[in-house]
Formats: sequence, C-alpha cells, structure tokens
Amino acid sequence: MKAFLKHREIWLLAAIVVLIGLISTRFPAFADPGNLRQVFNDTSILMILALGQMVIILTRSIDLSMASNLCFTGMVVAMLNAAHPAIPIPLLIVIALAVGLVLGAINGLLVWRLNIPSIVVTLGTLTIYRGATFVLSGGAWVNADKMSPEFIGFQRAAFLGIPVLSWIAILVIGLFFVVMTRTALGRSIYAIGVNPTASVYAGIDVGRTKFLVFCISGMIGGLCGYLWISRYVIASVEVANGYELNIIAACVIGGISIAGGIGSVGGAVLGALFLGIISNALPVINISPFWQMAISGSAIILAVVLNARGERQQGRIILRKAEAA
Amino acid sequence: MTDIPAPRRIPDRLDKPLSSAIFSWEALLVVVAIAIFAINSFASPYFLDPYSLSDLTFNFTEKGLIAFAMALLIISGEIDLSVAAIIALASTMMGMAVQAGAGTPVLVLIGIVVGLGCGAFNGLLVTRLGLPSIVVTIGTMSLFRGTAFIILGDQAYKGYPESFAFFGQGYVWWVVSFELVLFLVAAVVYWFLLHRTSFGRRVFAIGNNPVAAQFSGVRVGRIKFILFCLTGLMSGIASVLITSRLGSTRPSIAQGYELEVITMVVLGGVSILGGAGSIVGVVLAAFIMGLVTFGLGLLNVPGIVMSIFIGLLLIIVIALPIVWRRLRGGR
Repeated sequence: MKAFLKHREIWLLAAIVVLIGLISTRFPAFADPGNLRQVFNDTSILMILALGQMVIILTRSIDLSMASNLCFTGMVVAMLNAAHPAIPIPLLIVIALAVGLVLGAINGLLVWRLNIPSIVVTLGTLTIYRGATFVLSGGAWVNADKMSPEFIGFQRAAFLGIPVLSWIAILVIGLFFVVMTRTALGRSIYAIGVNPTASVYAGIDVGRTKFLVFCISGMIGGLCGYLWISRYVIASVEVANGYELNIIAACVIGGISIAGGIGSVGGAVLGALFLGIISNALPVINISPFWQMAISGSAIILAVVLNARGERQQGRIILRKAEAA
Repeated sequence: MTDIPAPRRIPDRLDKPLSSAIFSWEALLVVVAIAIFAINSFASPYFLDPYSLSDLTFNFTEKGLIAFAMALLIISGEIDLSVAAIIALASTMMGMAVQAGAGTPVLVLIGIVVGLGCGAFNGLLVTRLGLPSIVVTIGTMSLFRGTAFIILGDQAYKGYPESFAFFGQGYVWWVVSFELVLFLVAAVVYWFLLHRTSFGRRVFAIGNNPVAAQFSGVRVGRIKFILFCLTGLMSGIASVLITSRLGSTRPSIAQGYELEVITMVVLGGVSILGGAGSIVGVVLAAFIMGLVTFGLGLLNVPGIVMSIFIGLLLIIVIALPIVWRRLRGGR
C-alpha cells in the first residue's frame, strides 16, 4: 500500500516535470529557478487550502464552505486593520486562525452532533458565511489604501531569499506531514476514511475526529483569509467566489480519493502545484487565460480516471465482478 | 451512545410506513411555505398582487426544472455539479447558431441536444468507468464552462430572434408564464416517473442498496446513465429558457446555479445519501425558495443577504426533525 502510494506521487511529480519541460520549449525562462520560486509562492495559498480540504476528504466528508470562510475571515482582519492599524500582524494572524476555527467548529458541530451530511451542512454555511461578510462590511470594500503597510508587506518580506508567504506554506506542509504520518490523530483520520465501522471498534471517536478535522480546515480557511487579502490587497464579498471547487480539484488531481482514506500531504501539494503551474504558464506561452478552466477540467477528469484505475487494483469495487458475471 | 456508523449509511425508510414519514416532511414544508407567504403579505403591500406573484415564479422555474431530474439522480445515490456549466455551454452553442443565422426551432433543438449530450458524457464517465460522480462532475463543470469561455472569452452573443423570446418571457394565459406551465408539466411528469412507474421504484432501490439492486436484476448502470441524460436534458431546457429570458449569452451565465438546485432538492426532503425523497417535496422547496428570495427582494434586501436565509433555511429544516426526534427520544 505504501509503495503504491509513493508510486502515484512519483507519477504526478513526473507529470509536473514534463509539463514544465513542455512549457519551457515555448518559453525557456519558465524553468528558471527564480521563476519556479515565484510559481511556488503564487500557489502557496492553494496548497495550504488543499491540505485543509485533504483531511476533510480523507474522513469521507467535504467542506464546501472553505472559500466563504476565507472571504469572511479576510474581511474581519482587513476591517480590523483599517480601524486599528496598531494591531501587530502576528496577533492579526492569531485572530484570523481563531475566527476560522469558530466557523469550522460550527460546521463540525453540525456534522458531529446532529449527524447531518457534511455536504449539506457546508452547502448551507457556504452561502451563510459569504452573506455574513456582506452584513459585516455593509457591501463596502476595503482597499489597499486603508490597509497598513505592515499588513500588506508582511507576507512579501524576504527571509533567506524566499518570501514569508512561501515559508508559511512550507511550515504548514511540514506540520501536516508530521500530523498525518506521526500522530494518532493522523492515523485515525485515515482509519475513519478506510472503514468507519472498524474505527469505532478500534476505539476511535469518529464524530469527534470529524469535528476536529472541520476545526482544522476552518483554521486553514481563516489563515488563508489573511494571506489572500494581504496578497491581492482587496477585501470584498466577491473574494474567492467559487474557489471551493478549485481546492477540491487540487485534492482530486493530487490523488486524494473522494471515497476517503486514500491520499497524502505530498499529493495535495503536488495537485495544487499542477494547477498553479498551468495558471502561471498560460499567459507566458501566449494561450488565452480563458483556456485555463477547460484545461483544469480536463486535468481533473484525467486524474480521476487514472486514480480510479489505481484504486480498483485493491479490489475495492466488488460490484464490477458481479456485473461481468 | 453506541452510534456505529455503517460504511455507507443506508436510510432504509422503505420498511417503515413510507407515506407517514414522507407526509410529515412535506407537512413541515407546507407550514414553512404558508408562514413565509403570510410574512411576505404583511411585510410588503406589493406582494399580494397577481403580477407580483407571477414575477415570483421566474425565481424558481428554471432551477426547479433541473431540480426534478437532480432529485432522481440524488435519490439514486449520484450527484451532478455540472448543471450550471451545461447551461452555459448550451447557451453558447445557441449563440453560435444565431450568428450563423439559425431560426428559433433550430436554436431550441441545439440547446436541448447540447444539454443531452453533456449529460450523456457525465453518465458515460460515471457508469462506464465507474468513477465517483461528485468528482467527475466537478471536472466536467470546469470543462463545459471552460469551453464556453474559450469560445466567447469576454464577449457576449446577442441578437436572438424575436420569436425566441417567448420561452423565457412569454405568457400562456393572463399572468401564467410559459415557464410556469412548463414547470408544472415537468412536475407531473417527474412525479409520475418517480412514484408511479417501475423505473421510479428501481431508482429508489439503487439508492438504498446498489448491490442488492444489481442482484435483483436492476440494470444499475443503465438507469444511472439515463438519469444523467435526463439531468443534462433538463439543463438544456433550462438553458433555452434563461437565454430566451436574458436575450444574451455570456460564459458566466447561471453561475452558482448548481448549488441552488442542490439546495432546492435537499430542502425538498431528498436524502443526500440517496434512497429517499419525493417530487412533491421538491416542488414545495422550489416555491419556498422563490417566496423567500422574492419576498426579501420586495423589502430591498440584497441578494447576498437572501442567500443567508436560504442557507439557514436549509440547515434548520434539515436539523429540526433530527433535534425533535432526539428530544422526544429522551437522549
């Protein structure tokens, strides 16, 4: 199983290398380390979000409210910054994490305590959180000129030659890697996805763990709220509208099975990078950006076809045989 | 608490008295609808007017048409997130045909055929390759709308023929619009299909236990394929209506409709896990969503705030019976 998982990520990595190779035949400077660092930085937010979504999908749930959470939390920190520029940025990040945590916990409680399917809960909170952003801001935007220089500059500051935003992404990736592979929580997340019934008998509190993963994805959404707003320097109700599906797309391309239990930190990161490379490459190789949506759609379908073939080898689908008989 | 989750929770409501379980849900919806209707009439003097009420129906007829097919699809345990993208692609194709000088009958045919084709594509991927529909349709959603973006970019198609406007703007009799008539006819057809034919029973059987259905001789793959085609077809029809109503096509047309359609279906009492639901519930849910958005619109509440009410309505209506049952059960 482990060897198999490694296998899948190596293939994805190979696909990314081939993609970069193909792009650099048209535009040689693309494969330049400096440019690749830039692509990584551009994709950081998507990578972090994909990791938050990954833990959810691993437990057979789904969180459609992440982008709305991002939008709401982003508005909260932007308005706080506009009103009280003296609040230090680290404290603002803690506030963003806390606001995101609360929004995630609401999802988690509804899933855990009332046993409502996560897709229904987050479909509801998707619209509620975005609507709440409108109520909070009164429909107004927070523009760059209202934000303090520190608010905008924090993630752009270079540390060891790499922007802070990239460092945050690296930190989050490392953190998720440790949690998913080296802690009991990580193992129970996988266990629930593979077999919830067996997990109960193994002493795992399935409901509580699901609550926790929604808290995690909420915090991730909150963190990215600050990162997104300070990167694109505008806070409005329209921020990241529809982005929840991009996040899920990154996970799917990264080989995370929507049926739960299969997927890894590396996969989620590579899946996000794949989408990031495409969106960065299209303008430089003179393809209209309008192609991007169709290309990522095709990539998703291709990825899910390939992944399904991998999963079938494990004999997960019993019905196939019955159909053939 | 010894709630052991099954690998896939099977809501086997079929062995309980079906009518009573379903009736109580619909009763709840009727109460909600009447309450909202009453609140609306008190809140705005403009609400109780035949022309206002006629305008109201445009809020839900197009989405409602898709919701019928989507209800069957969700009952069978699948989902289609690409419906809004199908609308965009079908509308774009109709726009291209207009540029080529096509007449109204050809336009309608193109819209319907493109919708059907997109649905069949989804169905093939899901049933032939055995892929999870939620992921497939996230992919085709990007693919279909992406294709519309490739064709149109930031442009728009206009210049639809005069006679084409009837579908989205025409009235059959007094204040009864063509869209409303179509919605009601579709409601009856889908009600009959789901609740009065063996096809409908098979859809329920598949949703409750696809393996058992397979061994009982139900052609699971074929029925699911038909359901995807139906959903595509209804999206194509909705595309004709919307394009006709707006009189123009942009690639961003009907953005976000998929979630509203699914909200409508779930609000109508269809179990998102499959195997349970009714068309009457979906019709009521469509009315409720129309009433809420229209009523709030008369009070000058912005659309984004209305969505809070829709979201809250969805969660509360789902949570209410669960909480009630739990309180009564003494847990």
